[in-house]
Amino acid sequence: MTTNYETREHDVLVIGAGGAGLRASLEALAQGASVGVICKSLLGKAHTVMAEGGIAAAMAHVDSADNWKTHFRDTMRGGKLLNNWRMAQLHAQESPERVRELEQWGALFDRTEKGDILQRAFGGHTFKRLCHVGDRTGLEMIRTLQDRGVQQGIDVYMECTVTRLLTDGGRVTGAFAYWREAGRFIVFKAKAIVIATGGIGKAWRITSNSWEYTGDGMALAYEAGAELMDMEFVQFHPTGMVWPPGVQGILVTEAVRGEGGILRNKAGERFMEKYDPKRMELSTRDVVARSIYTEVKEGRGTEHGGAYLDISHKAAEYVKKKLPSMYHQFKELADVDITKGPMEVGPTCHYMMGGIRVEAETAQSTISGLFAAGEAAAGLHGSNRLGGNSLSDLLVFGRRAGLAAAEYAKRASASSFDNSQIDQAEKELLAPFSNSGTESPYAVQRDLQEVMQNLVGIYRTKEDLEKALVELGKLKVRTAKASVEGSRLFNPGWHLSYDLKAMLIVSEAVTLSALARTESRGAHSRIDYPNVDPVWEKKHNIIVRESGAMKRRESPLEAMPEDLQQILAEDRS
Amino acid sequence: MKEATLLVFRGDSNGGQTIAYRVPVAPGMVVLDALHHIQGHLAPDLAVRWNCKAGKCGSCSAEVNGRPRLTCKTRMDDLPQDQPITVLPMKSFPRIKDLVTDVSWNYRVNRKIPPFEPRKGVEWKISQLDVDRVQEFRKCIECFLCQDVCHVLREHDKQEQFAGPRFFVRIAGLEMHPLDGRHRAALLKDQLGLGLCNITKCCTEVCPEEIRITDNAIIPLKERVVDEFYDPLTMLFRKVRGQ
Ligand SMILES: Cc1cc2nc3c(=O)[nH]c(=O)nc-3n(C[C@H](O)[C@H](O)[C@H](O)COP(=O)(O)OP(=O)(O)OC[C@H]3O[C@@H](n4cnc5c(N)ncnc54)[C@H](O)[C@@H]3O)c2cc1C
Ligand code: SF4
Ligand code: SF4
Ligand code: FES
Repeated sequence: MTTNYETREHDVLVIGAGGAGLRASLEALAQGASVGVICKSLLGKAHTVMAEGGIAAAMAHVDSADNWKTHFRDTMRGGKLLNNWRMAQLHAQESPERVRELEQWGALFDRTEKGDILQRAFGGHTFKRLCHVGDRTGLEMIRTLQDRGVQQGIDVYMECTVTRLLTDGGRVTGAFAYWREAGRFIVFKAKAIVIATGGIGKAWRITSNSWEYTGDGMALAYEAGAELMDMEFVQFHPTGMVWPPGVQGILVTEAVRGEGGILRNKAGERFMEKYDPKRMELSTRDVVARSIYTEVKEGRGTEHGGAYLDISHKAAEYVKKKLPSMYHQFKELADVDITKGPMEVGPTCHYMMGGIRVEAETAQSTISGLFAAGEAAAGLHGSNRLGGNSLSDLLVFGRRAGLAAAEYAKRASASSFDNSQIDQAEKELLAPFSNSGTESPYAVQRDLQEVMQNLVGIYRTKEDLEKALVELGKLKVRTAKASVEGSRLFNPGWHLSYDLKAMLIVSEAVTLSALARTESRGAHSRIDYPNVDPVWEKKHNIIVRESGAMKRRESPLEAMPEDLQQILAEDRS
Repeated sequence: MKEATLLVFRGDSNGGQTIAYRVPVAPGMVVLDALHHIQGHLAPDLAVRWNCKAGKCGSCSAEVNGRPRLTCKTRMDDLPQDQPITVLPMKSFPRIKDLVTDVSWNYRVNRKIPPFEPRKGVEWKISQLDVDRVQEFRKCIECFLCQDVCHVLREHDKQEQFAGPRFFVRIAGLEMHPLDGRHRAALLKDQLGLGLCNITKCCTEVCPEEIRITDNAIIPLKERVVDEFYDPLTMLFRKVRGQ
């Protein structure tokens, strides 16, 4: 059937232009590779732009006692030891250098008295560790990377969506995509591909994530035969907006608590005293999210079903300076002046700890030619991510992925693949135009979001998860029949029909893994198994496609070397 | 439930018209919510750009009741309740479809701007005061609303000669970076058309980040150009140095 498509060729193709993708591109370029980077939105609009609070790096500018070992320990403890320890080590060791590099490329951070990069406190971090600029750290980061990338000669394909990886005998050699604007097709030949497509939050109703977060990269890798790991660990950020309805889920940065914000229930009680008296508001996200949830569930919630978060005891000028976008966000969207009164907040689906299984040093997935970094990759954060550890993750492993992909490309033979894959990809993508069903993809997405919100949320049970699997099965059938109106010209309904497919794959992977893990650890809380189980401390859940069906396996954690064990054991406070 | 009527432009580069949609209004709802309702229930192929829904990414720009705005920050209850709300695409950019316009020109302009380059041998110590000074320019979310409203682009179509307020803001952010060692005055004067700006301040009025584009970016840049090219002393100095 092959309709027209254009073809482009690169040594390294990077899917995703957030922090991870851009950092990977820059590194691959520095290695002499020709690099193309693809993104679904315009350049500079990826999730990274929304990051607020900061980037974690043990630079010890504010707390001189900080060092990589403490950062490593905090990350491992935050992730309840399920982290890939080698990734946690590399991340803690290399973050400071990656931040300095960003500064040398023109990023400007807030400063200490001495003129160094200022760092703020964040949940789960022993020391003041988050480099930041007000509450718009991500914007500073993505602009710096994107402007450098463009200057250095990266080819950017904006508003272009990859729907399929092309393979040749088990090696990934290309990608099939469509231009969102005209709906035309484009085929990429590449020697190596880096997936940096971010997370999956759009499968839930209440989320801080944008339309882009539909799990595409994970679904692409899965379909090409790569393993996914730790998919049950979905982070619910404790503080999303809860009122008015339209803004439900929009993030309230943890920096509010980092700067001294206090959580209270309806009765004015500072409830974190009950749940984590030592760390209080700066406990890890899994704990704070469950605490708020419990307060609300037990009838101590606010008018709109949340908790109060109050920073108004700090000077108004200070709040406006350190949290300017929060100030505006509440003023404009919720008619609340946060310098005068409390915000109402509640948990919102925020971040995916699980994802594509990668090798620590190289970020290579379990199939050759395919690498992954950033939120799309699994391992670093274990069962719960600490705030600020994502932006540093993007830089450390984005760089490593770009490096390894470029090196792989140098050794690899030219890209080739069987064109029947293209025909199939086209047929699949165009199917919604000829489907006879009357249902719109939007209706299916709404129902999917209800299923995941209600059955695969913060607290999970066997019954709910089993029910979710049945519902997901029905949604798959509906998705296959969904039809779209209009032409191929910038048609969001049509675009969603592909995104739905990816969301269903990752939703099923999350649910299957959550059902199997009969314990509570980090972000995964089972009402029917409320405790940690030492047996599960030693195992990852792996999701892989076998003979066309989704299979779950277990894989033992690699033993931690003695020296790291010692670091972990120190300061058992 | 209360309802509102939106008149939304539907069409492409060949033309089109506004179509009326009835939308239920919830408390605190923004125009982008209404557009999403239309997509989800009435017109699934309605083309709209958005990402963060929180005024942070600058994707959702459009002209609401004739004013360039972020639709995710425009509250329905701030608009007159008794009239339909018109939502049109940004006028200064070629139409693609519905509310989506071709903003690629901006990305081409951006490429002309030499990036940050540290002065030789700088020590990486910066004072917070210096950071605060450029902060304003670096907040830009690239919504391109200022580009949309500026008459040099909107009415006079000077896209080839004029970079537009967004890029004066970007250059101000670079030029006032405490450690930057480059000079972009010649570029501003000769290629980016800074002189075409006649300080109407329309750009400042629409900027959702409240960047005082004209007063704080454009005027100081104009002064730099004057200092560098028209100041008699500098000119003399140039002559002497044979530049
Ligand atoms: C509101 C908010 C605040 C946050 N604050 C912080 C913070 O303060 N500190 C911190 O450390 N973390 C923070 N995070 C988390 C962090 O921002 C994200 O995890 C991180 O930015 C993800 O970066 P990434 O490079 O992996 O992906 P992204 O930046 O999301 O980029 C993904 C890219 O992939 C592209 N893409 C996706 N699918 C496809 C496809 N099929 N074809 C082509 N391209 C595709 C997208 O277009 C996009 O360009 C925050 C997150 C949110 C939502
Ligand atoms: S002040 Fe200058 S740049 Fe701004 S709108 Fe007026 S003419 Fe355009
Ligand atoms: S300067 Fe203001 S109006 Fe112009 S693009 Fe930036 S944020 Fe938008
Ligand atoms: S959607 Fe990001 S600014 Fe409106």
